[in-house]
Amino acid sequence: MFGDYSISDLGAILAMQGFAGLILFSVYVLMALGLAIIFGQMGVINMAHGEFMILGAYVTWMTSNVVQHAAPWLFPGYFFIAMILAFIASGALGMLVEWALIRHLYKRPLDTLLATWGISLILQQAIRTIFGPTNQEVGNPSWMSGSFALGGLTITWNRLWIVLFSMTIFFALLALMKRSAFGLQMRAVTQNRRMASSMGIRTPWVDAFTFALGSGIAGIAGVALSQIDNVSPNLGQSYIIDSFMVVVFGGVGNLWGTFVGALSLGILNKFLEPSVGAVLGKILVLVLIILFIQKRPRGLFALKGRAVEA
Amino acid sequence: MITGFILRALEGKILIAIAILLGFAVLVPALNLLTSPDSFFHIPTYAMALMGKYLCYALLALALDLVWGYCGILSLGHGAFFALGGYAMGMYLMRQIGSRGVYGNPLLPDFMVFLNWKELPWFWHGMNYFPFAMLMVLVVPGLLAFVFGWFAFRSRVNGVYLSIITQAMTYALLLAFFRNDMGFGGNNGLTDYKEILGFNVQADGTRAVLFALSAIMLSLCLLFASAITRSKFGKVLVGVRDAESRVRFLGYRVENIKLFTFVVSAMMAGIAGALFVPQVGIINPGEFAPANSIEVVVWTAVGGRGTLIGPIIGAILVNVGKSYFTGAFPELWLFALGGLFIGVTLFMPKGIVGSVQAYQARRKDFRQAADRDAAANDAKSQATPLAAE
Repeated sequence: MFGDYSISDLGAILAMQGFAGLILFSVYVLMALGLAIIFGQMGVINMAHGEFMILGAYVTWMTSNVVQHAAPWLFPGYFFIAMILAFIASGALGMLVEWALIRHLYKRPLDTLLATWGISLILQQAIRTIFGPTNQEVGNPSWMSGSFALGGLTITWNRLWIVLFSMTIFFALLALMKRSAFGLQMRAVTQNRRMASSMGIRTPWVDAFTFALGSGIAGIAGVALSQIDNVSPNLGQSYIIDSFMVVVFGGVGNLWGTFVGALSLGILNKFLEPSVGAVLGKILVLVLIILFIQKRPRGLFALKGRAVEA
Repeated sequence: MITGFILRALEGKILIAIAILLGFAVLVPALNLLTSPDSFFHIPTYAMALMGKYLCYALLALALDLVWGYCGILSLGHGAFFALGGYAMGMYLMRQIGSRGVYGNPLLPDFMVFLNWKELPWFWHGMNYFPFAMLMVLVVPGLLAFVFGWFAFRSRVNGVYLSIITQAMTYALLLAFFRNDMGFGGNNGLTDYKEILGFNVQADGTRAVLFALSAIMLSLCLLFASAITRSKFGKVLVGVRDAESRVRFLGYRVENIKLFTFVVSAMMAGIAGALFVPQVGIINPGEFAPANSIEVVVWTAVGGRGTLIGPIIGAILVNVGKSYFTGAFPELWLFALGGLFIGVTLFMPKGIVGSVQAYQARRKDFRQAADRDAAANDAKSQATPLAAE
């Protein structure tokens, strides 16, 4: 496989794939963070997570169109408006879903898989009916378009921004979890729900807000994704299984699990790509995760304690 | 002992279901072959093929019910076993085309000639022998289930994690089978079949036999599943579902129990796939799509998990609905299916059959309580149903 390449070629390929892996990592992190906090706290895997992300992407698309027509001078900043709107839209939808559906099913975690899958089908079709099945292109603001060269490597601004942007979200969330009262309550409920409840934490409220927060972050992931990919109703499906894998691999005991999981999967995917091809690389990653789970059934960063076993 | 094992399986409802299925196995082909096309009772061949397809889906749902309804393993990858069984059958059918393909190559299927392959890949050898191919229908899904289950159950991967991993399994297979290099026809899959065991696959007679075989196979699997669940082993199985650690503490090897059930179920799914392919005329990687496997779960849930008959009813009902909806209002089908997922989990977790059973049990309790009340006026405490649960 090294046959015809010189060392500098190989270096360039590695750097290029490394950067591509970093971008995949940023998308994975944004997708998986929401899944992981919801799963960690409530034991619910939200199969509709991909569609919450799509909602964010379509909100971005709408915002960019509205801003372009109504207030072109605002266009450079529309990205941030879209982010806030997407967070609110996906978060509100998440809260609604939690209230109407999920909270009735906490005792039956496997059933939540089915119910949220149902939601995902409905949202997918709704998006297709409203926005049409074709791809929509979202314009980049000027400070996010173009590229620069770095040692033989062409780096596009939008991709670099996405990486920085997802890091910002990650650390903001980390701060929220570690420093705020809400974060403290969330961690308490995750570690021991009944104890937390006895200490006066309103667990139903914490659940609802956690679900909203996780969904909102999915919406933000959609904003980020819309800057590097075309927006289509099926976009969610292409990322959702990988995001599940990030959660399964990283574990839910700690946000860093998601970070490490997303980083390893993103980089591994992209490093396998040039040598074995994109599809085979992905299959290898899936097989590796299935094997890894045998060693650590709860992922890299597992919750510890007796409550977890139940 | 064996007869006892079978006889116990033939409890009332199962017996009725099997009788109905066998009735269909005779009646439908007869109405297709023996009546004239313009008769009121005539069943056209396409309708028979459609019904045959539903029966294959019913068998798949039955297989899922065995692991999900009785053992508590929610597999979101059962479509993979179905598709593997289908591919094994498809490979046999491809080899039967012989030199009648577009390129007329006596050994290689068309897609291999198209890809410029010179010789048959090793895993295609032997697939031209029907008994060997039928063995593969059982062995390949069974082996995958065995290897997967061996690893997963031994390290106690369960619950939601297991479901997600099974989904990843079928997703990985989906990607793999889409590759042309795999030697399974890439995204076109295997199609354009000519003959099965020397009979034309398109002929009405062959179709009728295939339909009858589907119904018979479904009855046999129902009988077998019923025998399993009614045996002592079946009781342990339900124990694993409801209180896994307790069963383990009692000294049972939970992982072996799960593994056995998972493998049996995968083989049933493989049989379903093998019967499906000649009736539909194609197998392609789309069958591995995770969405398909989840749909099987909803058939089972609609009919009633853990009832064996329920999944059969559910699979048929949902698929009849699907055929109607996708024809009449194609945009609405996903809304309906999504609503079904939500509605069943929220309002009818026991499914159709389960709800009916629960209703009957309540009425029986009620009647017994009333009888006891009448018999002994003073024994009010006895009349309250046993509330230990």
